[in-house]
Amino acid sequence: MAEDFILIPGRSSQQGCGINEGKFGETYQEAISFVQMNPDDMTRLGISEGETIQLQSDFGEVEILARTAKKGELPEGLLFMAYGDRSSRLMGGDTHGTGMPTSKGIDVRINRLSD
Amino acid sequence: MKTTEPTKEPLKIVEDATCTFCGCVCDDIQLTVEGSRITKAKKACVLGKSWFLNHEIEDRAPCYLHGKPAPLEDGIKEAAKILYQARYPLIYGLSDTTVESQKVAVGIADWIGANLDTTTSVCHGPSGMAFQGAGESTCSLGEVKNRADMVIFWGSNPAESHPRHFTKYSLMPKGMYVPNGRKDRTCVIVDVRKTKSAKAADLFVQIKPRKDFEALWTLRALANDVELDPEKVALETGNPLSLWEDLMEKMKSARYGVIFFGMGLTMTRGKHANSEGILLLTRDMNRHTRFSCKPNRGHGNVTGADSVVAWRTGYPFGVNLGRGYPRFNPGEYTASDVLARGEADAAMIIASDPMGNFSQPARDHLASIPFVALDPKETPTSRAAAVSFSVATYGINVPGTVYRMDDVPIPLRPAFDSPLPSDLEVLQGIEREVLRLRSAEFR
Repeated sequence: MAEDFILIPGRSSQQGCGINEGKFGETYQEAISFVQMNPDDMTRLGISEGETIQLQSDFGEVEILARTAKKGELPEGLLFMAYGDRSSRLMGGDTHGTGMPTSKGIDVRINRLSD
Repeated sequence: MKTTEPTKEPLKIVEDATCTFCGCVCDDIQLTVEGSRITKAKKACVLGKSWFLNHEIEDRAPCYLHGKPAPLEDGIKEAAKILYQARYPLIYGLSDTTVESQKVAVGIADWIGANLDTTTSVCHGPSGMAFQGAGESTCSLGEVKNRADMVIFWGSNPAESHPRHFTKYSLMPKGMYVPNGRKDRTCVIVDVRKTKSAKAADLFVQIKPRKDFEALWTLRALANDVELDPEKVALETGNPLSLWEDLMEKMKSARYGVIFFGMGLTMTRGKHANSEGILLLTRDMNRHTRFSCKPNRGHGNVTGADSVVAWRTGYPFGVNLGRGYPRFNPGEYTASDVLARGEADAAMIIASDPMGNFSQPARDHLASIPFVALDPKETPTSRAAAVSFSVATYGINVPGTVYRMDDVPIPLRPAFDSPLPSDLEVLQGIEREVLRLRSAEFR
């Protein structure tokens, strides 16, 4: 089973603090290790809290933990994760003449590894 | 990472220290320093505390050649050789260092005919393009504090990216014309997700993802009395026309409005067209009342990088000096593109981590060419560099000047000395060596 979502990578407090402690440190690595989902999306897809899922874009794929977003934070169909190695692997190299790759609003597909 | 034990030295208090983690550049921090460690950072936010308390003297060599410790002078010679011999060198980064270092880096780029770019290109570079097309109705953060009775944040989450923005500059402070502080201000937040900042808003507007352009032009149309189709507005923005009409009435009735916008606009569909939309909306609003617009800048001295590169080359980022004169073309001379297309044959990365945050094609190419890295911390980029310099931290060990997000220059007041060289010293060494190689070639 696979379903299409829109991914918004961004700054989180934990990710920002993790940069200061060091990118190979526990805080940073933890901050970039999960993606947040709307609870209704998780229920519909049968994804449990902390389950490892695969996010796949036209440019790459990563395995990442799924976590439930706070109620009302994310509408259905939208995902959020902290900027980092995993979110960058889902970006394309084309910047459409701007210098900026499309780093937010990335089309991704969720693949359950247990399917 | 192993760190040295703090020395038993008396406590030192540094007043009005400057935090360079984000573009707010708060310069009212009181630091308690014990030997070579900061133990308290009074008034700092969660990110600022983390910045000050985690930059100790790390047990690292000042230079590594292909991962092995090497004398600093050997590293400087090798770095200069890599850059001087390259046919298409790239110099990139620069937003987390002083303007003094930025100036030397631009000088090196000029001497070697490099492609020069800063992290602006993957931050507010699209806004830089929009400024050239639409202009900027701008203001200082002091004006915001003293005058703004309406503050709009669009695609920006200061609660997590600039935690003191609300309390020091934009929402909470009591100002000359807003004597009751927060009570005198209306706060509107527009975003695709209900961020932690949304709690601070009087009005939170959740728009459809990738529809910022449509939402901004809806407001532009209303500011210019253009009739709109309610069904299309609701379909495109995810909100009824009546909501946008109410918001426009609030904006028109403000005495002094300001819009802060973030990478929710520049990194998503539309990019520079989104930034242009918000700048033009601000211009439209000045026909009704007084409005200003500011990008919320991320890195501590990314604003300085724009200023220094523009001062020295005429353009703020994405500059190619290969022909002996500056050419500017985002999409062509910006680092992400130069690397993803496989064009650069050497690079110098200053205070940035493209191996951690660029697209995979760009990272693959950077990994395939010799490059030099300067960073206070170990990063995926510094680990992969042919020559890696471990440098002292600006603002904590190194003095200098940085530019706050509103283009106000602010001096740094370092807390303690570092045995590691500053990036200014390393860059000056590389420039000297480049000039020696150049003079030997043309003798």
